Amino acid sequence: MSEASGENTGSVPANGTTPGGTTPPDPPGNDRFRVENGTPLLEVRDLVVHHGQLRALSGISLRVYPGEVYAIIGANGAGKSTLLRTIAGLHHPTDGSITYDGRDVTGMRPEKRATAGIVMVPEGRRLFPSLTLEENLKVGATYARKGPWTIDQVYEVFPWMKERRGQRTAQMSGGEQQSVAIGRALVANPRMLLLDELSLGLAPVILQRIYGMLPRILASGVTVLLVEQDVSQALRVATHLQCLLEGNTTLEGRPSDVTAAQVEAAYFGMGSVAQAVHADPSEGGEA
Amino acid sequence: MAWVNAVIQGILTGGLYALFACGLSLMFGVMKVVNLAHGDLATVAGYVGVGVIAATHMPFLWSVPVVVLIMAALGYVLQRSMIQAAITRGELITLIVTFGLSIVIENGLLQFFTANTRGIGGGSSLISASFSIGSQIQIAWLDVVIFGLAVVVLLGLQVFLSSSKYGRLIRAVADDREAAQLSGADYRHVFGIAAAVAFATVGLAGISYGMTTVIDPTTGTDTILLFAFAAVVIGGLGSLWGTLIGGIVLGVAQQIGAQINISYELLAGYIVFLAVLVVRPQGLTVRRSES
Repeated sequence: MSEASGENTGSVPANGTTPGGTTPPDPPGNDRFRVENGTPLLEVRDLVVHHGQLRALSGISLRVYPGEVYAIIGANGAGKSTLLRTIAGLHHPTDGSITYDGRDVTGMRPEKRATAGIVMVPEGRRLFPSLTLEENLKVGATYARKGPWTIDQVYEVFPWMKERRGQRTAQMSGGEQQSVAIGRALVANPRMLLLDELSLGLAPVILQRIYGMLPRILASGVTVLLVEQDVSQALRVATHLQCLLEGNTTLEGRPSDVTAAQVEAAYFGMGSVAQAVHADPSEGGEA
Repeated sequence: MAWVNAVIQGILTGGLYALFACGLSLMFGVMKVVNLAHGDLATVAGYVGVGVIAATHMPFLWSVPVVVLIMAALGYVLQRSMIQAAITRGELITLIVTFGLSIVIENGLLQFFTANTRGIGGGSSLISASFSIGSQIQIAWLDVVIFGLAVVVLLGLQVFLSSSKYGRLIRAVADDREAAQLSGADYRHVFGIAAAVAFATVGLAGISYGMTTVIDPTTGTDTILLFAFAAVVIGGLGSLWGTLIGGIVLGVAQQIGAQINISYELLAGYIVFLAVLVVRPQGLTVRRSES
């Protein structure tokens, strides 16, 4: 627990890219190992978020590069959802900045972020219960960016939706609702898709099917930042991993480079919390 | 025959009450705003009509769409400024703000237009035209036209809400404001649109009322707001056609009360209103699970 209550400064031990409270510009040539297609699509620097008196995030930093599946894991109350909601614009940070596509979006309204391409599938689906399935998708498409995803495209991926498009979503199963929520986000043609706890309340079989969608989404040029309580699921799909504990980063790295013991320690906060995984770029990519 | 007449007159009056009520119901359904200035805004629409005709000498019927557009614009502006500011501060604040608005409007009207009553559309032949069924039932064309207008307005609202882009957004925002934001919708703008639509119906209600009888600066709270509330509660909150049912029930109750004794007109209406509150608080058209 040495780091858990850490202050803003020095609470992000990962990789040494953010050595202090003030973040220097990206030092090139350090031991970053990810496929860095130029600049990150999304960069979060030293994000501090409070819920009233409670400090939910104490200086989180991350960089998501185009084409990645960036997974944030952590136990309940670690601040994962707060982080995602802050990136989507639903919470206002007390400190720190969010840069998207080279633009500072820290003070931008959530709907502006959505139309700029940061689209979130919120925790608990949050479909519009009095609207039909198709109307839910239409709302998602109303302010859509130009791009490959249309309502018909979504019907192609989820063929069952077409027959049931006139139904209210309230009567649908959790997995079906989650699919509709993903569809609603996709038709907005996001560049940066935020997925908040897809696994919540879903049977493993259903979850597999929904995560099976991910390659298709990635193939359309979407970058994914997801929050997941289900660590094994996150490890399966992620190209990069970051573990939060009580508002601090406790582990960051590529799934193939972290050991189960490291993840366990970072997840539950046992032993030395600060662990950075350094890997050699020649080790090859994650499947 | 006199009773049949009372029922027919009551039904026709119900159309006017539905016009009063549908804007109130929409504002509550979408923004959860109980607009206590609702009736006064209808009065304002009446005075705007008087003012527009006096200033431009345009024919009365032409002035109606002008007033409706002015009211819609006023609705958008009021929603985006005063009412939105109140919403972000809490439900009670909204109640207080609209109550304050009501007082300001009444006293403003009193200041500018005096306490004298005014009618609208006095030159129109529609005001006094009527037809008879049998020897005892005489029906004013104006009442028929207003009832028809109410049905058209409710139909229009239904089509707008169910199949237009903004109607869909209004329902989505009413369901889940945050989720709508995540889909790129600025809920404040959507609220503004909903208020514009509600105020447009308020405009029609004010003009219609000013044509059937007369308005004065206090008509809004004394009559229109109370009848609108009664119609909404009887019909069921959040139900569009419920406002018509509620309006008709209220209208018929009043006319039957008046038939028994002219002084029972208002009393009968409110007795039915209370009875519905006790027996079926969710209203006549709303199932309990939905309310």
